Amino acid sequence: MATSPTPQPGRGQTLFEWLDERAGLTTIWKTTLARLVPKTNWFYTFGSASLILAMLQGITGMLLTLYYVPTPDHAYDSIQYIMNDLAFGWLIRGMHHWGATLLIIVVFLHMLKSYFVGAYKYPREITWLTGGVLLLVVLVMGFSGYLLPWNQRSYWATSVGTSVVGAVPLIGPFLERVVRGGQEVGAVTLARFYGLHIWWVPIIVLAMIGVHLYLVIRIGITSPPERDE
Amino acid sequence: MTEQISSNPEELGRRKFLTGIIGIVAGAVATLVGLPAIGYIISPGVKQQKQEQWLTLGPVSGLTPGTPAGFPYSQTIQDGWVQSSQSGVAYAVTQDGQNVKVFSNVCTHLSCRVTWQPERNAFVCPCHDGVFGLEGNVIAGPPPRPLDQFQTKIENGQVMILLEA
Repeated sequence: MATSPTPQPGRGQTLFEWLDERAGLTTIWKTTLARLVPKTNWFYTFGSASLILAMLQGITGMLLTLYYVPTPDHAYDSIQYIMNDLAFGWLIRGMHHWGATLLIIVVFLHMLKSYFVGAYKYPREITWLTGGVLLLVVLVMGFSGYLLPWNQRSYWATSVGTSVVGAVPLIGPFLERVVRGGQEVGAVTLARFYGLHIWWVPIIVLAMIGVHLYLVIRIGITSPPERDE
Repeated sequence: MTEQISSNPEELGRRKFLTGIIGIVAGAVATLVGLPAIGYIISPGVKQQKQEQWLTLGPVSGLTPGTPAGFPYSQTIQDGWVQSSQSGVAYAVTQDGQNVKVFSNVCTHLSCRVTWQPERNAFVCPCHDGVFGLEGNVIAGPPPRPLDQFQTKIENGQVMILLEA
């Protein structure tokens, strides 16, 4: 496991050794993937599942941006085009749509598992906290993405959702107008939710995952508590 | 600036001076980008997009007491960079030939359009049989409140209503 992944000698081996000597590939492999872990159970796979789902959301989302247009005139029609006219458009959008729900469920289960095995305790507090931020940020992804189809359901869900902001004492109405970019949910809301959904929040997600995984690798994962502990 | 290397931490040496300059420049750049960015983000929420416009319907003397007169109107709605127009009918009602009330024809139930039906002496909504009286009051059906009124004024005998978008 910890030795070179390409055992057969030859040109590949030579190339790998050339790269490994300069880029330290074996070191990366050893420290990130081939590291020692305690005896765990299947609940410990939720983290990897979250990561894989997040990557799928990223890839399918990037594919959707090739055709989706975030304006009131074209948002709905461009999604109809993706769904009906493109080869596998329904599949790409369907994966993004259902993957969003699944991601939130899996992230939540991952949090539950971390709570039940006490993984939030010293020295993993920062891992837990970044995980908490990741849960919130994934919810923001879900909320901002919900408006983008620009159908009746997404429009009214966003109207209701943004009016929650308006309930803040004193500055609520101001915040609500800032979030919506106007008095009502409209063209400006759609554009800024799109920007939020594809740039701002994903960058926060990436940064948080970076810290989260760095800490997992640095500290290692908790072993499940014993029955008599 | 003194060129000599100083061992006294109190003294402002070259290293400390340059670190300070870099800090100030970085701060200035951050402010220069950050402050406009805040304005850039919140301005659509702060800017009043509300447009008010007084529309002249016609002379008060042209109205028959007890019979609403419908005046079609249209107004431009500005949503960010998108402009659209919304049209409707304003019903002007006078009882005494002097005071005028102007009602919107949008039903207060589910926003269908009501029409004045002289034979029933009422505004009737075709969708769910909402019936409103001459004063906009609900007579029958599901509407939760009377017909909405326009803000009106009379200038030189002309009835004017305030369109808000």
